[in-house]
Amino acid sequence: MATQAVPQESRGATWSRTLLRRLAAVPPIYPILVVLFAWIIYENPNFTDPPVFLAFLRRASPLLILAAGQLFVIAAGGYDLSVGSLITLTVLGAALMIDGDPSNTYWVIGALYLIGIAVGVFNGLVVSFLRVSSFITTLGMLLTLRGAALLWSDGAPAGYLPDNFRVFGRRFIDDVPVLGQLPYAVIVLVVFGALATFLFHGTNFGKQVKALGDNPRSARLSGVSVPKVRILTFVFSSIAAVTAGILLGGFAGVSMDVGTGYELEAISAVVLGGAVLGGGRGSIVSAMAGALSLRALFTLLNLLGLPSPYRAAVQGLIIIGAAAYAAYRERHR
Amino acid sequence: MIATARQRLNALGIPSIYAVLLLFYLVAAVLVALFGRGTFISGANISNLAVRSVALGIVAVGQTFAILAGSLDLSVAYLISVVAVMSSYTMQGDPDRVPRAVALVLAIGAGVGLANGLIITKLRLNAFIATLGTGLLMQGVLNASFDNFAGSVPSSFEQLGYGKWFGVPISVVMLLAVAGVGSFILRRTRFGAHIYAVGGNRETARLSGVRTDRVIIGAHIVCSLTAALSGLFIVSRLRAGAPWVGPDGVYDLESIAAVVVGGTALSGGRGGVWGTLGGVFIFSVLDMMFNQLGIDPFLKQVLRGLIIIAAVASYSVRSREAAA
Repeated sequence: MATQAVPQESRGATWSRTLLRRLAAVPPIYPILVVLFAWIIYENPNFTDPPVFLAFLRRASPLLILAAGQLFVIAAGGYDLSVGSLITLTVLGAALMIDGDPSNTYWVIGALYLIGIAVGVFNGLVVSFLRVSSFITTLGMLLTLRGAALLWSDGAPAGYLPDNFRVFGRRFIDDVPVLGQLPYAVIVLVVFGALATFLFHGTNFGKQVKALGDNPRSARLSGVSVPKVRILTFVFSSIAAVTAGILLGGFAGVSMDVGTGYELEAISAVVLGGAVLGGGRGSIVSAMAGALSLRALFTLLNLLGLPSPYRAAVQGLIIIGAAAYAAYRERHR
Repeated sequence: MIATARQRLNALGIPSIYAVLLLFYLVAAVLVALFGRGTFISGANISNLAVRSVALGIVAVGQTFAILAGSLDLSVAYLISVVAVMSSYTMQGDPDRVPRAVALVLAIGAGVGLANGLIITKLRLNAFIATLGTGLLMQGVLNASFDNFAGSVPSSFEQLGYGKWFGVPISVVMLLAVAGVGSFILRRTRFGAHIYAVGGNRETARLSGVRTDRVIIGAHIVCSLTAALSGLFIVSRLRAGAPWVGPDGVYDLESIAAVVVGGTALSGGRGGVWGTLGGVFIFSVLDMMFNQLGIDPFLKQVLRGLIIIAAVASYSVRSREAAA
């Protein structure tokens, strides 16, 4: 490997030093994730069976997708608190618009994405041109969208989602070699993750997002169209929320609080994944690893049989501990 | 015309949010007179309005401290629940136990603020994540120990929520006292000046000899103490505390919204408690207006969200700085 050019006598020492340096450069979320998975496997050896693991991944996929979307907004220096309510609106709106007729499903999915894009554009326009901070803009949107969802459905979950809508969250592709059943949600997750990774790490747009988060003024002076980039980050986050909503509607069905709390979880996931609130950096894969850790933690606490009220407490402790560990690693690089 | 009104208010030292508040109040009065039930402008109504503002107002004063110092506190909602439950559980309806219970919950408040401040400054966690974590921690411990109303407060303690002094509700006096003390600390003490310095630019403040960590910890202790006072007020109104009273009131996000609507910069360093109080009063005026107009509760949420954005936009749109 990289040590091959090193003279024979010092080879051992350099090799271990290189390894140490490489390990130190691994974002801290990965060791955390490895420990969580190892513990889960210790408690439940079946976890490594493809169907069990894929089922876990399927349940985790909405949060992972949401974290990838949220990262765009956070890397550009903002927050998006409106995603949880947008999920609720997506699920309730889907049931109402489809109205029991499966042939409506496909145009409804299109309409849901249009609603999501409109929400993202609105958030971006308000932040860019009315200069309202994204925290307040998207907090206002959180209230507005939740109110709109409740208003639309008269305050009670109405209707149901037909099977051809729920297929994305609930169904599997059968007889896949090695894996057995492959959930559609995992395919959606992989496609979305790949798209987000390409956009964030492989395009000019991704660079502009980070430049904007790092220093909006210098980004503008170096020719970044700040409003356009900012609006696109919110649009991407909203698209992630609609996608997560379609998956959640698939396996959780229609309920009033299907999206509640997802906004704070997504932000925690992104921060655990090493992004800095205030912007400038981040990695899609690490943000998704952050989301996966949160879900793995939940699974682990379940396996350990911890009474459910304590789970919130342990989750709080772990979030603080993991973020503190990440901050410590950051300082001692 | 609005510009000159603002200049005059500024000359008097009154935040321009009060012009917005007056506007909202008058619009509400006209709408209620035209389409609603009852009258909007009356002594009883104004008193009612003030009492409605107490719970959010007190904690929002503390949140102002945290935000001015460049931090924020998402744990206040659960702290309010902890305080409400612990105070009524300790009192058990016995007037003699009131001082003990109050001392206990204030100590809890100070302890939580200290913990938040230490986690943020010494472990260098982002305030958002740190206080989200401590909030979850309190939620878990509280839900594991209590699942319903616990204990009760003696009738003497209910005076805090329902009593009046010379026709003025005691709780409103408490709100104004907390805001007055908060304003005094921010404007007249060294700690207050340091809060603005740290929130404006932490590194510059540190290089000018401010012990920035202590200032941030202090701001969090103030914030948590006000959350404890809000919790005491809420339990005196409800007569017993339950684990859901804090999160149900959405005191975390609402208090931050009130602070920002009141003109304090979310990035810290600019603003004050009177502006925050104006923001809280705007929320109360809206709520009362919606109630008296008989507006659907869900539509109320929609309008509330849009009005929060519009209220902040009304002055942020003129600022030269880009928001993020």
